[in-house]
Amino acid sequence: MKEFAYQRAADIRDALIAGGGGARYLAGGTNLVDLMKEGVEAPTRLIDVRRLPLDGISEAADGALVIGATTTNSDLAAHPEVRRRYPALSQAVLAGASGQLRNMATVGGNLLQRTRCAYFAAQECNKRVPGTGCPAIAGAHHNHAILGWTRSCVATHASDMAVALTAFDAIVRYETLDGAGEIPLSEFYPPVGDTPHVETALPPGALITAVVLPGAAASPRSRYRKVRERASYAFATVSIAAAFTEGSVRIALGGVASRPWRCRTAEAFLLDSPGSFRAAAEAELSAAEPLPGNGYKVTLARNLIETVLKELQP
Amino acid sequence: MNAVGVAQPRIEGPAKVTGAARYAADVPIEGLAFGAVVLATVTRGRIRDIDVDAVRNMPGVLGVIDHRNAPRLNPKAGGFFGPDGQLQLLQDEMIPFAGRPVALVVAETLEQAQAAAHVLPVTYDEEPHDTNFTADHPAGRPAMTIFDEPVDVGDVEAELAASSVVVEERYRTPEEYHSAMEPHSATVWWDGERLEAIDSNQGPFVIAATLATLFSLSLEKVRIRTEHVGGGFGSKGLCGPQLILAAMAAHRFGRPVRVTLTRTQVFLTTAMRPATDQLIRIGADADGRLRAIWHEPAFEISPLVEYIEGCTELTKTLYAARAIRTRLTAVPLDILPPYSMRGPGAAPGSFALESAMDELAERLGIDPLELRLRNEPAAGPVSGLPFSSRNLVECLREGAHRFGWGTRDHRPRLRREGSLLVGTGLAATSFSAGAFPSSATITAEADGTFTVAIGATDLGTGARTALTAIAADALEAGTERIRLRISDSDLGPAWSAGGSRGTTSWAWAITEAAEKLRGQEWRGTVTIDTTQSLGGLPGRERHAYSAVFAEVTADPATGEVRVRRLLGMFAVGRVVNPLLARSQVIGGMIGGLSMALHEEGVRDPVSGRHVNADFAGYHIAAHADVPDIEADFVPDHEPGIPVGVKGAGEIGNVGTAAAIANAVWHATGVRQRSLPIRLDRVLE
Repeated sequence: MKEFAYQRAADIRDALIAGGGGARYLAGGTNLVDLMKEGVEAPTRLIDVRRLPLDGISEAADGALVIGATTTNSDLAAHPEVRRRYPALSQAVLAGASGQLRNMATVGGNLLQRTRCAYFAAQECNKRVPGTGCPAIAGAHHNHAILGWTRSCVATHASDMAVALTAFDAIVRYETLDGAGEIPLSEFYPPVGDTPHVETALPPGALITAVVLPGAAASPRSRYRKVRERASYAFATVSIAAAFTEGSVRIALGGVASRPWRCRTAEAFLLDSPGSFRAAAEAELSAAEPLPGNGYKVTLARNLIETVLKELQP
Repeated sequence: MNAVGVAQPRIEGPAKVTGAARYAADVPIEGLAFGAVVLATVTRGRIRDIDVDAVRNMPGVLGVIDHRNAPRLNPKAGGFFGPDGQLQLLQDEMIPFAGRPVALVVAETLEQAQAAAHVLPVTYDEEPHDTNFTADHPAGRPAMTIFDEPVDVGDVEAELAASSVVVEERYRTPEEYHSAMEPHSATVWWDGERLEAIDSNQGPFVIAATLATLFSLSLEKVRIRTEHVGGGFGSKGLCGPQLILAAMAAHRFGRPVRVTLTRTQVFLTTAMRPATDQLIRIGADADGRLRAIWHEPAFEISPLVEYIEGCTELTKTLYAARAIRTRLTAVPLDILPPYSMRGPGAAPGSFALESAMDELAERLGIDPLELRLRNEPAAGPVSGLPFSSRNLVECLREGAHRFGWGTRDHRPRLRREGSLLVGTGLAATSFSAGAFPSSATITAEADGTFTVAIGATDLGTGARTALTAIAADALEAGTERIRLRISDSDLGPAWSAGGSRGTTSWAWAITEAAEKLRGQEWRGTVTIDTTQSLGGLPGRERHAYSAVFAEVTADPATGEVRVRRLLGMFAVGRVVNPLLARSQVIGGMIGGLSMALHEEGVRDPVSGRHVNADFAGYHIAAHADVPDIEADFVPDHEPGIPVGVKGAGEIGNVGTAAAIANAVWHATGVRQRSLPIRLDRVLE
C-alpha cells in the first residue's frame, strides 16, 4: 500500500476543502481500503467523513424518506419505515456482503463502490488507465455485462442496494464548495461509452450527503431477489428489484450492466399488456448483447423478471 | 480406562479461540525483517530486467534478492516425485508459469517491503505459452506410476462387448485450490551455523530434509518447527516458497526474516489440484453385475516437477468387475505445478466413477444402492489380495437406513416443492490406508510423567489430542501424565500430516516406543524407528470406506442448487476420538460440497493467467451453503496397524461431489458431468 495522509473532517465544509486532488473520502472503507491494499486506488489523502452529522433516516414533509449518506447498511436495512415502505431496499442491502461489512459500509460509500471485475482488481484496464484495453471481453467474462456495455468495458456494477434504489427512483444529494446539488439515480451512473473510468455524474470533489426515496415510489409490494453462485457472500450473477405501485410496475436488474439496469422497456410493455411478464422480459432483453461466455445471463434475467413479477403481482 | 475412543475436545482449543496460540506469522522475533514476494506476471518467458535501483532507496528497504544474487540451490532437491523444479527459486531468468516468484524485497517492516515489492519494475521477454488443458492434447504422455500404476486385468474389450448395458462418458473437474485459512508463512534465522525456521507446513522433518538438500546443508544444520498450522490440505506438504525465500534472505541480510504470502500469492504460487478429464466405460449384465470398468483420466502437470493425480485408485478396488483397465495421461502445460489436494486422485476420480455408476443404475433400472451391493468383491479385483477389513456394505446399509433411502423413487424429476425440484443421490468410496516410517522417543520422567516426542504436525485436526490419547493407552497411563512434544524436526524422522497416514504412522511409532519402554519397566528413555516393522506389514487391500448420501434442491428458473442434507457413514478403522474424527470427516464433506458446487480456478484464455486468485472470485462454500451434516462411524478395525486405525483425513472429501451430482440428476433429470455444478449448467 502506498503511504497516504489521513484527516478526519470537522464538518462538511472542512471535508470539501480537503477533498480535492488526489484525496478520497473515507466512510466505511470496506471497498476503498481493499483497493488501496491491491494498489488499484492510491489516494494521497483520506478524508474521514464517517463522523460528520450525515447519518440517520428521517421523513420529509412530502413523505420522502431521507437517508443520510453515512447511515450504515445495517441501519438502513433494519429501519422500520424502509422495511414497511421499501422492503425491496431492505432485502437488497441484506443480500449484500456480510453482517460485519454491513455494519461498517455506508449508503454513500455503497453507491461509489467499484466493480468486482477480476481484471480491474488485478491489472491495468480502461477503467483504471484509459487506453489500456478491456481484457475481459476476450477473456473470462462469465460474470460480466450483457446490457449497455461497449468495447471499452464490460464490467458490471457491484451494488445490490443501488439496484433497489434505482427501482424506487431515488435521488442522490451532494455538496460541493459551489453549493448543493441533486442527481436522480437513473442518471447517477453515466453510460459506459468510451469513458469507463468516469463512473458517476458527481462533480469533482463532491460529497454525497443523502439519498432520498420519493414517497410516491413507496411499495410494500416490492421484492429483491438475488441469484449468485453460492448461498451468501457473493456478488450477484443477476439480481432484480421489482415493485408494484399504483398503476405501474418498477423493475431494475443488477449484475447485467455497468450500472443498475432500469427496465423501462419492460415497464412500458406491462403498462400496455399487464401480466405479460415473459413477453415484457423478452422485450427488455432483446437489447442484450451477451458475449460467448455469459449468454446464460439473458435466460436468467428473463426467468427472474417473469418469476418474481408472477410471485409479486397483486 | 482407555483414552482412545473417548470424545475429547482439542487440547489447544482454548488457546486457539482466545488467540493465545501462535501461528507461524505470529511468533515474535527480535530484529525481524520482512520479505515481500514479487511474482511473475507472464505465463512463459524470460526476465529481461529487474530494476532494483528503483526501489533500493525506498523507506526501510534492505535489499532485493533475485536470480542474479540468490544463493545457488541444489537441483536434486525434491520429494516423492523426484527432483522438484518448483523449489528452484530465483535460479535463472526463466518464467515457467505466471505466479513464479521472481524477486524477494526485504525491508524493516512488512508495509515497507510490500510497498517496494509493489512498484519493483520487472520486464519480461514473453514467449508463447500453452495453458489449455484437453485430454487429447498432443503433449499428453503416460503419467508416472508411483501410487497409481496402470492396470489391465481381464479382457476389457470382450467384456464390454458382452455387456447388456455400457455407460461411456467423460467427466471433468477444474483446477481447485487448497485454500487453507492460514496463508503460508516462514520465519528464518541463523543460529551460528544452524538454520532455524518457524514455518507453516505439514511435516517439519520432511520439510527440513528437503531444505537441507536444497541449500546443501547437513540435516543437523536445519531445524524447523511448526507448532500450530491453520490447515494445509496438501498445500503445505512441500517445502514452500515462503521458507526457501526467507532462508535466502536470512542468510543474505544476517538477521531473522519473515515471509508471509498474501492470499493471492497462496493461489498463484503454492499448489493446486490439477484439472482432470476422465473417460469412463462401464459395462454390466442386465442384473447389474459389472463386466468391465475402463477408466482413462487425463490431468495437467508442469514440466518443472512430476506429479500424479491418481484418479483410478477407487476403480481398482471398489467393485468386483471381471475386467479392469486404467491408464493415466499427464499433459504438461505452462501452469503452476499441481500437488496433492485433500483426497488427491480419489476425489476427482470418485466423481467420475460414482457418477458413471449412477448412470449405469439409471440405464439398468436398478436402485443405485443395490447396484453397489451386487458388486461387492471378495478380494481385491485387481490385486487379488484379501481385504484387511472392508465395511463398505455396512456403511451403505446403515447410511441408507438413516437417510431413508428405502422409500426413494429412483425416477428423476418427480419431486417438486413450489418452484424447486428435489432429488437425492449417493456415492460409495474408499481411500487407501497405510503407514510410513516414523521415529518416536519416550522418556519416563522422575515425576511419573512421560515425555513423548514425535515429529508429528497438528494441522488443526486435533492430532495433538489424538496422539496424547494413543500415548496414554500405550503407556498405561492417564492422559494427564503424557507430555507430548510434536512439530519439531529435531524430534527425529517422522511422516507428515498427509496421505491420511499421519495418525497411523505416528500411532505406530508411539506404540512401538511404549512397548520398548515397557521392556525397561517404564524407566529411562527409548527411541525407536518403525521402518523395519512397517516392512513386516502383510500385503492387503487396506482402505477406509464411506457411503455418502445427499439431498438437493434445484431451481430450474435460476439454476441455483442447494444441498439440503448430507449424510456420511464411515469405516475408518478404530476411531481415536469421535469428536475430532467427526469434525474431520464433516470438514471433508464440506470440502466435497464445495468441490461439487463452487470451486473452480479460472484462467484467462489469452494470457493464461489465473483470473480468480482470491476469495472474492474463487468461491468456497459459505456457511449458508452448508446444511446440517450427519456423519457417523460403523464399527471397524484395521488389524495390521497398531491401535487399529486407518486414517480419516481425506475420505470425507471423496464421494461427496458424486453424491451431490447424482442428486442433482435425480432432481432435474439432467446429468452433471462437469464440476462445479454452476447455475448456468442447471438453468433452464
